[in-house]
Amino acid sequence: MSAPAQQFKHDAERLTRDLRHRSLIQTGLKKYEAARDAKKSRYRDWQSARQTAAEIKWDAINHLDTYLEEFVSKLEDRGSCVHWASTGEQARQIILGIIREKNARSIIKSKVMTGEEIHLNEALEKAGLTVVESDFGEYIVQLRHEAPYHFVFPAMHLVREEISELFQERLGSKPTNDPEELMMIARQVLREKYITADVGITGANFAIAETGMISITENEGNARLTCALPKVHIALMGIEKVIPKLEDLALFLPMLATAGAGQALTCYNSLYSGPRQPGETDGPEEFHLVLLDNKRTHLLADAEQRDALHCIRCGACLNVCPIYRNVGGHTYGTTYQGPIGSVITPHLRGLQSWKHLSYASSLCGACTEACPVKIDLHHHLLQSRRNATAQRPIWWERFAFKGFAFVMNRPVLIALATRLARVGQKFHPLIKGTRLDPARAWTRSRELPSVPRQTFKEFWQSRKK
Amino acid sequence: MNERENIFGRIREALRVKAPVPGSHYPKPGGADGQTVSEAEAAKHIPEWLPPVGETFGQRVELFKENALDLKAEFQLLDDPREMETQISRLAVREGWKKVASHSGELTDRACAVLAMPRLVADRNYDVRELESCDAGISECEALIAQTGSVLVSSRSSGGRALSALPPHHIVLARREQLLPDLPAAFALLRNKYASGYPSFISFITGPSRTGDIERILVLGAHGPKKLTILCV
Repeated sequence: MSAPAQQFKHDAERLTRDLRHRSLIQTGLKKYEAARDAKKSRYRDWQSARQTAAEIKWDAINHLDTYLEEFVSKLEDRGSCVHWASTGEQARQIILGIIREKNARSIIKSKVMTGEEIHLNEALEKAGLTVVESDFGEYIVQLRHEAPYHFVFPAMHLVREEISELFQERLGSKPTNDPEELMMIARQVLREKYITADVGITGANFAIAETGMISITENEGNARLTCALPKVHIALMGIEKVIPKLEDLALFLPMLATAGAGQALTCYNSLYSGPRQPGETDGPEEFHLVLLDNKRTHLLADAEQRDALHCIRCGACLNVCPIYRNVGGHTYGTTYQGPIGSVITPHLRGLQSWKHLSYASSLCGACTEACPVKIDLHHHLLQSRRNATAQRPIWWERFAFKGFAFVMNRPVLIALATRLARVGQKFHPLIKGTRLDPARAWTRSRELPSVPRQTFKEFWQSRKK
Repeated sequence: MNERENIFGRIREALRVKAPVPGSHYPKPGGADGQTVSEAEAAKHIPEWLPPVGETFGQRVELFKENALDLKAEFQLLDDPREMETQISRLAVREGWKKVASHSGELTDRACAVLAMPRLVADRNYDVRELESCDAGISECEALIAQTGSVLVSSRSSGGRALSALPPHHIVLARREQLLPDLPAAFALLRNKYASGYPSFISFITGPSRTGDIERILVLGAHGPKKLTILCV
């Protein structure tokens, strides 16, 4: 078993028994569900909206080269610098290069999942720079030296008491259990950071090819300040974020808000098309955009699962996933958690080490149903299982399935096996749950169903007599 | 430039195999027609799927009001600019404003004239700390959107990037003809107005800034304004 698989198994076992964790997540997600359903019901036709969104994304991803070229040339026309990175290491070097050239010391960041993906903060800190996360949830997990628990709700696993304690310890604030007061503490600390930061780093939710804009969706206003106050703005985004036309946002912005957080529209949806232009009163002097591949083209090459690149990172599939709800976000050990993370991580980080995530699913299909751009998530998990086995077959699995097929194809053997099982089960309590128990993985936490005294066939034959 | 070529090379190589169109697990049998979809065709239908917005101005005002209430933003439809002056003076007294920030514009100038207090004009280079110390940011807008209760602002029409984000109270002064039905109409407006050169910043503001990061409990006033007031004349 790979190291990530062992870690997953270990953490999943611990967290599924943690009732406090479970009730916290379920309560949070119940609120989300109620809000989402109310907002969804206002659409004239949510299913058609999904189909349209899927078609627009299909067009964008299947003509990615054309749209990327258009996007980049429009951006460059407006005085922005575009950088290309095939790997995370290249992206880190590009960003460090820009920062060093500007002699910048302090950096303010608004939520960038791509940054988490390439471990940007660690690299910047190692280079002696101060990096502060400005999204409230991200700020909390940064102070705790933790990864985000959920790529939309990073601090969902914490209660206010824990946040209060954290702030007392790290910021010297007074104890309070009022969420509003806690937010105010962070607001005050971060205000100063925005004003004094030399560089602001953001991500992007969409890139509009036709106009050369990036679109950033947020509720707090932290990204707006990050793009307004520092002299240099660096945006880091994956190459798959591009959409063809400005008007496409009329669909994607409300769908992202509704599916992701149960809102009609997220508080701020801002479009940036370069640095401060002549005649404008504020904004950065320089705008740099770093376009990251980091194995996205590997996923693009898999035509069967290519639609996973349509993802708009709303997090709806995590919120409805029975596995996510029980094992929690950190258990995945990935940047992108939940069903979408389980689909894309094997492409981004290697199939054999991450194939266990394709089994972190009940295949119920709730994720596929929830996805606003209709990614066929649960089928992709099945395909990954198939691909992993085809790539590296496991001898005992093959042997076991051959044996199984051999028995199942022979009625005499099935009858014999049933009879043996009936006898064998009488002795099972002697070894139940011990190392000798062949069904140990099951019986550790569950009862084994008893073999019926009579099979249907036997019953039928006895009736005929 | 080299990495750019590498990435494009990988993209083009990957796209040599066609992906199934959405809605079907496998490419539809038959001609090429069923095997491709275009953005242009799909996007035509967007307005049909989004939430309904009503036909008349009155219905749209009602919808905007309802959305504003839901978002905890203040919205008032006023009969004339003088009433706007009264409202803004009342707000200033109630909240004890000492200093406001705004950009120059017909409505903003009029509103600030009745406020006998220092005004930071954010048209030119301004001091960020000074803007931060203002009690309210008063701006005009590009449009109001009934469908979502949003205010559309841009760096050209609304005093730059920070005026509507930094002060604790954002006051929007709008005209009734700026009320648009839905999001597609807002994008059409942007296209018509700015096709020759978009402002470097455009934003849809939907309610005062907020967070739900602690136990999914709604808190108003995260990093942006705690209050949003929209006065429409």
